Amino acid sequence: MDLTLNHVSHRYSDMPVVDDISLHIPAGEILCVIGPSGCGKSTLLRLIGGLEQPTSGEILQIGEPPVGCLNPLTYVFQDFALLPWRTVRANVSLVLEDHGIRRAERNRIIDDVLARTRLSDFGDALPKQLSGGMKQRVAIARALAVNPAVMLLDEPLSALDAQTRELLMEDLVGLWERQKFTGVYVTHNLAEAVRLGHRIAVLSRRPGRVRELIKIDIPLKDRHMAHPELEAIQTRLWDLMREEATAADRELQHV
Amino acid sequence: MSEETRNVPYRGGGFSPVAKRGAGFVVFVVLVALAEWGTRAGWISNLTLPRPSDVGATLVELWQSGLLWTHIVPSLTRLVVGSAMGISAGICIGVMIGLFSYVRAGLIPLVAAIFPIPKIALLPLFVIWFGIDEGSKYALIALGTFTPTIVATYGAVDNVDRTLVRMGQSFGLSWSSIVRKIILPGALPGILSGLRVSIAIGIILLVAAEMLGAEYGIGAYILQAGSLYDLERLFAGVLILSVLGVVTSWAIGQLEKRLLRWRN
Ligand SMILES: Nc1ncnc2c1ncn2[C@@H]1O[C@H](COP(=O)(O)OP(=O)(O)O)[C@@H](O)[C@H]1O
Ligand SMILES: [Mg+2]
Repeated sequence: MDLTLNHVSHRYSDMPVVDDISLHIPAGEILCVIGPSGCGKSTLLRLIGGLEQPTSGEILQIGEPPVGCLNPLTYVFQDFALLPWRTVRANVSLVLEDHGIRRAERNRIIDDVLARTRLSDFGDALPKQLSGGMKQRVAIARALAVNPAVMLLDEPLSALDAQTRELLMEDLVGLWERQKFTGVYVTHNLAEAVRLGHRIAVLSRRPGRVRELIKIDIPLKDRHMAHPELEAIQTRLWDLMREEATAADRELQHV
Repeated sequence: MSEETRNVPYRGGGFSPVAKRGAGFVVFVVLVALAEWGTRAGWISNLTLPRPSDVGATLVELWQSGLLWTHIVPSLTRLVVGSAMGISAGICIGVMIGLFSYVRAGLIPLVAAIFPIPKIALLPLFVIWFGIDEGSKYALIALGTFTPTIVATYGAVDNVDRTLVRMGQSFGLSWSSIVRKIILPGALPGILSGLRVSIAIGIILLVAAEMLGAEYGIGAYILQAGSLYDLERLFAGVLILSVLGVVTSWAIGQLEKRLLRWRN
């Protein structure tokens, strides 16, 4: 299933937040969206996920979601959004319970996604017992459980420390290699963008527009921390963003 | 050159009370012992305070004569029936206020208007509506526990983390699943702590209602003792009430421990 955005704009009361964004997201590709904070990245993701309606423009799903897909557009949130009163297994189970899946099948799915995220030993733990990185892996497991057509990730690693972030990036690459999911990955971290994005959309400061769309041809599994070509792209991204970030930083907040 | 060396002065700590087992019991024992000593030695006149051992004897007598149950059973029944009605209705309405804008707009002013009325003032009205017997007492306790439960419940529903609700929506959970699996469990801590307040108010109203008209019940027992200036019996009654308060608060504590194990 592909996604297409045609001239999507969004405003909150009088404030334009997203301005005339057109993008095509083909199946099996990860699109990273970067931009200074407050430029409308999360808003764009909410629009794509159908949690908000654009003021103008259209967002189209092209083609059918894969068979066995329970929730075509599936989120991974920055703050994990796990239910603190449910164990890891029960948190994953939550998103399956509404689909009339029999218990045995449900358990099979849960076992599978926990194994894929290396959480098999922690099924009965409560979220508060887990580190930030583990919590986010639970959230990723939960997203995988519904077999999504498109994963929408909103700064999924921003609440984690640098080492955990590095490990989770490797996990995400591994997951993608195993099953080539479609992803829209919002971040303000350039290193994440060059490691995980097949293409990178650079947004301007608010109202967010696409300033530049950069394609990286290196396969995900060959991208290492100090890859010279990636470093060059990262430098270029920073040059693009520096001016926007400075200006965004000096803006007064509209609250 | 000799510099003066000393430890960095410590200035952290404090402001984090921890449970000290048995401290409450010690305070209680010391107070009772003081009263016993004072009344025996004579520096507390027995018109001011009854001798604790006499109060104890009165309680034992109550127990042995079977009168204790004659008073406690109707009181407990009133408390349980009345507060069960008030609390369950309060939780329902509170959740509705938390979920629906129209219910909220329509009912919050009404609740704000009813909340501060001293409910005991309505007892004569309730006697007309529900009869002089149990009906009016149930109604009084129900109304008294109803309003604080509503306020606690909708506050608790408002405080449920909205990102969890968005998460539920983003996974396509049905409305009823979101309410049952996200809103209600998330609101439970707030509802339970509201319950403590509601039940305490229920006990106060129970006694007041029984003082105004009941043959049996702890309130009636205390009123009789008071009018005869029988301080031992009066204190025995008060003691029963405070035990009742401690027991209900302990029961809610157990409920919290059981249901909110995920919190601590
Ligand atoms: N629900 C909302 N109502 C009003 N303004 C909002 C809302 N959500 C976000 N905004 C504003 O829109 C702008 C973009 O927000 P957001 O999409 O969260 O930015 P980003 O994720 O890029 O940091 C910010 O200025 C923010 O204050
Ligand atoms: Mg954001």
